[in-house]
Amino acid sequence: MGPLAINEIISENTNLFLAFVVGIGFGFVLESSGFSSSRKLAGVFYGYDMVVLKVFFTGAITAMLGLLFFSLFGWVDLNLVYVNPTYLTSAIIGGVIMGVGFIIGGYCPGTSFCGLSIGKLDALVFIIGLFIGVGIFGAGFNWWEGVYMAEFLGSPKISTALGLTDGVFALILILVALGMFRGAEWAEKKFPRAEY
Amino acid sequence: MRKSTSSKTKYLNPYLGGVLLGLILLAANFISGRGLGASGAIKSGVVTAVTAVNHSAAEKSTFIKEYMESHSGSPMKNWLVFEMLGVLVGGFLSGALAGRLKLQVEHSPGITSNKRLLLALTGGILFGFGSQLGRGCTSGSALSGMAVLSLGGFVTMMAIFGTAYGLAYFFRKNWI
Repeated sequence: MGPLAINEIISENTNLFLAFVVGIGFGFVLESSGFSSSRKLAGVFYGYDMVVLKVFFTGAITAMLGLLFFSLFGWVDLNLVYVNPTYLTSAIIGGVIMGVGFIIGGYCPGTSFCGLSIGKLDALVFIIGLFIGVGIFGAGFNWWEGVYMAEFLGSPKISTALGLTDGVFALILILVALGMFRGAEWAEKKFPRAEY
Repeated sequence: MRKSTSSKTKYLNPYLGGVLLGLILLAANFISGRGLGASGAIKSGVVTAVTAVNHSAAEKSTFIKEYMESHSGSPMKNWLVFEMLGVLVGGFLSGALAGRLKLQVEHSPGITSNKRLLLALTGGILFGFGSQLGRGCTSGSALSGMAVLSLGGFVTMMAIFGTAYGLAYFFRKNWI
């Protein structure tokens, strides 16, 4: 059955319309969870508000389990679901640069749109920065093409790389997340902030 | 003070928010065969803008040529562009319902508005650059990658959060 667009159960235009609907849900949940506030987001790095960790890991695990169950029930063909390719060098260096951008700017791309939607001008300026950053990458592409293409590993799954089945890896990830949630609740009590 | 406390209580329980986010990500995969994303929409915007402003420069750019070869039709007729337009609508609706719509520069009392804007611009430039090198941001690479158990998704997630945690001490005066 799924993915609907790839199996041509829905047309391309329906797929784009549903992208808009999914985006509304995405924006609504991010904003309702407080992801429109850079000071709430940055709390995860100082312990006073761990909402990022809680929402992010609960979300990743829910979707991961959903896909595994959908596959088990025959509702989605996991072979047709896109698995991000792994270019190890650029995954690490790109991630490090994004991490620096995160602690300085307080937003990531998705949350900055969410902040803009309720009137945060710092989010708007962050988005202007995103366009400049993407433009710089494109303009100087020949300079970092080597780094960008280095250490291509295909599209491996982390479970395969660790020699585990998907189910066992999922179980371990859930247990790790539960431990982190416990730590997050502790941190919020240990480093409270009255107002931000 | 009182306003801040009351608005704080209006946020969704984070674990419930996480489950809802996961269901939306699951829906994205079920519908389109791909997860959520944000920086990809920015890329579409940049490609469109550069092509419109300077067509000959765009034709010479490897970055744009590769984009055009892997995407058919207009770069704005793209799943992530429609999704991000939806994010603006969804965020606005949630903010309106919770009474959080307000034009403002949000910053710690320890820094000025102008400093906050300068930091936001710098952070945005770095995040934009890094998202292209890393083939996706917190949404497209880390969150969506983790849901499909992509090794690269986990690596990028650890690099983003590991770096931000490692530098948090040096930037603490901007936040706390």
